[in-house]
This record gives sequence, structure tokens and C-alpha cells, in this order.
Amino acid sequence: MALKARAKETLAAYLFLSPNLIGFMVFTFLPVFASLLLSFYKWDIITWPPKFVGMHNFVDLLGVHSEAGKLVVNDPKFWQYLWNTVFLMFSIPICMMASLFLATALNRKIKGESLFRTLFFLPSICPGVAVAILWLWIFNPDFGMLNNIIYWIGKLLGFNIPGPLWLNSPGWAKPSLMLMNFWIAIGGMNMILYLAALQGIPRDFYEAAEIDGANGWQKFWAITWPQISPTTFFIFLMSIIGGFQGGFMQAYIMTGGGPGGATTTIEYYIFNNLYTWQNVGYAAAIAWFLFIVIFAVSLINWRFGGKLVHY
Amino acid sequence: MAEKNIRHKSAAGSKEKGLQFFAYSVLIIGAVSMILPFLWMTTTSLKTLDAIFIQPKNWIQMFVPTMFKWENYAEAFKVVPFAKFYMNSILVGLAVTVGQVFTSSMAAYAFSRLTFPGRDKLFFAYLATMMIPGSVTMIPVYVLMRLFGWVDTYKALIIPMIFSAYGTFMLRQFFMTLPKDLEDAAKIDGCGFFRIFWTIILPLSKPALATLTVFTFMGNWGNFMWPLLVTNSDSMRTLPIGLESFKTQYSTDWHLLMAGSVMAMLPIVIIFIFTQRYFVESIKLSGVKG
Repeated sequence: MALKARAKETLAAYLFLSPNLIGFMVFTFLPVFASLLLSFYKWDIITWPPKFVGMHNFVDLLGVHSEAGKLVVNDPKFWQYLWNTVFLMFSIPICMMASLFLATALNRKIKGESLFRTLFFLPSICPGVAVAILWLWIFNPDFGMLNNIIYWIGKLLGFNIPGPLWLNSPGWAKPSLMLMNFWIAIGGMNMILYLAALQGIPRDFYEAAEIDGANGWQKFWAITWPQISPTTFFIFLMSIIGGFQGGFMQAYIMTGGGPGGATTTIEYYIFNNLYTWQNVGYAAAIAWFLFIVIFAVSLINWRFGGKLVHY
Repeated sequence: MAEKNIRHKSAAGSKEKGLQFFAYSVLIIGAVSMILPFLWMTTTSLKTLDAIFIQPKNWIQMFVPTMFKWENYAEAFKVVPFAKFYMNSILVGLAVTVGQVFTSSMAAYAFSRLTFPGRDKLFFAYLATMMIPGSVTMIPVYVLMRLFGWVDTYKALIIPMIFSAYGTFMLRQFFMTLPKDLEDAAKIDGCGFFRIFWTIILPLSKPALATLTVFTFMGNWGNFMWPLLVTNSDSMRTLPIGLESFKTQYSTDWHLLMAGSVMAMLPIVIIFIFTQRYFVESIKLSGVKG
């Protein structure tokens, strides 16, 4: 009897699971391995069968060869794009600090809290394409908002320095994108997570500290910062994981990856290999490399970050 | 002694006032920086093309519309099939959302309330795939779409997007918190698993289901890379791709581009304002649990 009931439950469970499970298998689980398999082939999707090339894609991607007695990387572009991707992630800590700052201000008894929260959240829910097009116009060197503001400030203070070329300048292109990302992310989900964390700290902690005569700064370092450390750790980890996969939309819509490849990220390189150049195997190899990097970085984070976090 | 105490208190009070003033300043400066680009966008969208390329005479002209050329919006609709893009975005968004809520809630029920061999291993597989970069799975699925001949069809836009490990995970976490008693009572009354799911679990989970619905729809609205990969023709494009193609063709018509961007943002901003409670909730649900 019990056995029959258990069999019935198992059957029911798999019936409930099946719509999702089948789709999950076909579109998520098996593709992970298919992707690894593809990385050992050279294929343009049209020619049948795909050509097995062994580790060739990975050697092309990560290997070095000797040229006139010097060691040269096989794909210098890839390393440039990897550097771009990492460079763009330097804004993560600044962004997190700003989010925490805003959340701290919001956490005081503020009139119109929900209005502020809505305004801050707005950029992060707007469709990325529309935001990218908007910022393309903001960055316009001749008639854009930023250089107009710089002009007006100059007029007010009595100097006349032309604003930078923003996205058109190899040096300014990456900082420009970082500025835009900062605007998008600062009041988004990171701020909400911080706000939730701040609200979760018991009030008595602060009251006890006040009795001991702690000032605001001491209270922050002794109570707030340790208490929100799991949130900080979570946001940091998620931002890093997202950062490695970022930059596609900006590159595609705003810069075309330029000038001189200055804004091409790994994700945009994968897209171009897959779609523009129909080089599926190479795209899969880059994607798997990215996967391994993200996995390793997350692991390191867990190992060392986990110790700093106070639970 | 008493006097000293009062003075001490009022000093603390004025310090508190200062902090409060500081907090307001930070928030107002933040809010203004958030809002200025949107004002700039709206102002541009209502200008003539000539007016865009004239240096504004003062601060106010940059952010407050002085010209109201509403025809720009009508023209944006004329030069590209915006109505078609809208319809596609809404259709795909609804289909993906319904599909995802349906399959995720069923799977989440099995994972949270039923016992069966292999459950924990399977759930672990779901969790593990959430850590994998999207491009790893996207490549073979794109190949699959090409092999199936699904490119440039609604099938390619909808079906691969329906099966979400994230949605299953989120709902499972919520279902776990529901009390077991109601279910046991129903079982004694001879209710089958499907009746329990349909008449007990789902009605109790309305907030979580609403959250997943809003989250999925809004996320899908902004999706860019996947629709770009699997559509070629104007008639299949969703709003983000349509907007992008608009940009490529009319890259100097900033007034029309801004009008188009305003129209792409507006529905999502309106939905957000009415549903932000769910949005905030979903972020907290998916976030840290100690």
C-alpha cells in the first residue's frame, strides 16, 4: 500500500516536472555540453559535417607562437577585449559605494521615500537599447547634453574648455561607458538590496552603541558594515559575474566596439564570432573560457570573501 | 546638571538635523541626475531637426521643452513599423510570461511538496545552470534554431525563453514557506495532487506568481541579443531590435530617435510605477538569505 502510494507520488512529480524539465534539458542543460563539444569543431552551421579540429580553437585563442624570435599571442585581439572587459568592471566598487550611500540616505526617515526610490530605479528597468540610444545622444561631442553642461559651467565660471569627444576618443570611450553604467546601476537592484539589509539591522545594536558613546562613523564600521557584509558580498559576486558577460549592447549600439576596439568586450567578441563571422566553434571556445574564468573567480570569492563576511 | 543635559540634547538634535539635511541633499542631487537625461530626451524628441543642432541659449532650454512638435512621434511611426514592433513585443512577452509561470509553478510544486527519487540531484542541476554564462547555452540553442528552421518565427522568440531555472527556483523557495497542514487535510479528504496544486498552492502563492509575472514580462521587454540572433525580417522584430534598426537608418535624425526611445520606454515605465511593489519583492526574494 505504502509502496503504491510512493510510486503514485513519483509519477505525479514527474508529470508536474515534465513540461519544465523537457525544456530545461533541451534549451539549458544539454546545450552546456553541446557547447563544449562545438568548441572542438570548426563549423559555419551550413557546411555538413562540422570539421573536428581538436584543441585548435583553444590554441588559437589562448596560445602563443614565435615571431621573429619573440613570443606573440595567437589572438592579440582577444587579450585586448579581455582587458576591456576587466577595465569596465573597475566601476563596480565605486558603483556599490554609491548605492550604499543612497540606501543609507533613504534609510533615514525621509519624506517621499517611495518617490525617490522610483526615480532611482527608473534607469535600470528601461529597455537597454533605448537607454543606449539616449546616451549616444548625451555623449554627442557637438550637441550632446554633457558637453552642453560643460559649456554652461565654463561660461558660469569664466573658462572655455571644450568637452571631451567621449565615445569617439580611444581614451575616453571606456570611462564614458562606465559613467553610463554608473547612472543605470546606482539606484537599481543593488540599492534595493542594501536598503533591505539596512532595514534588517536590529535597532538595539545602535542604541547600545549610543549608550557607549559611539559616534556615527564608529557605528557604521562596528555595526552597519559587518551587518550588511553578506549583501555586499552577494552584490559584488553578482556584479563580477555580470561584468564578465557585459558590454554587448553598448558595443553593438553605441560604438561598434570602437574606436580601435577600445569598447569591444568578450561578450561582443563571442557574438561577432557566432553571428557576424559564423565561426561557431571559436565562439563556443571563448564562451567556455569565459565560463571557466567566471567559475574560478567565484570560487576565489567564496574562499576568501566568505571569511570576511560576518553572518 | 539639568542645563548641561539639555544643551547636550540640543547639540545632538542639531547634529541630527544636519545629517537629515545632508541626506536630503544627497537624495535630491541623485534624483536630479537620474531625471535630467530623461528630460533631455523628451525635450529633444519635441524639437525640429534644425533646432536640435543649435546651442541652447540657457540652462532651461536644455531640459524644458519650448517647442512642441508632436508630429515627430507620428513620423517615427511612419518611417518604421513601430506598431508591428509593439505588437510583437507584447505578443512574445505575454506568451513567454504565461509559459514561464505555468511550467515553473508546476515544476516548483514538484520540487517543494513532493518526494521522489532524484529530486535533490535534479534541483541541484537546476541551480548549477544558473551560474553558467548565458552565451555558453545560447550558442547551441542558436544552432538548434537554424537546424529546426525556426529562425525568423515566433517559435524561436518564445519557446526557448519559456523554461526558466530562475523562475522555478524562486517559486520553489516561496512554496517551501507554505504550511503543510492544509495540504494534509486535503489529502485526507481524498484530494489528488493536481487538485492540491490548483486549489491550495496556487491561490496561496498569488504574490509570488504576480512577482514572477511582472519580472518575466519586464525582463523580456528589454531582451536584445536573442531576438537579434533569431529574427531577420521587419515583421518579426521586437521593439528593441526595431529601435536599433531605426537608429542605423536614421542615425542623425535625433528628434525621431528620441521620440522612438520615449515610446519604447513609456509602457515599461508605466507598468513599473504600478507594479514596483512586486519588483522590489522579487529582488529581495532572489537576494541574500543570510
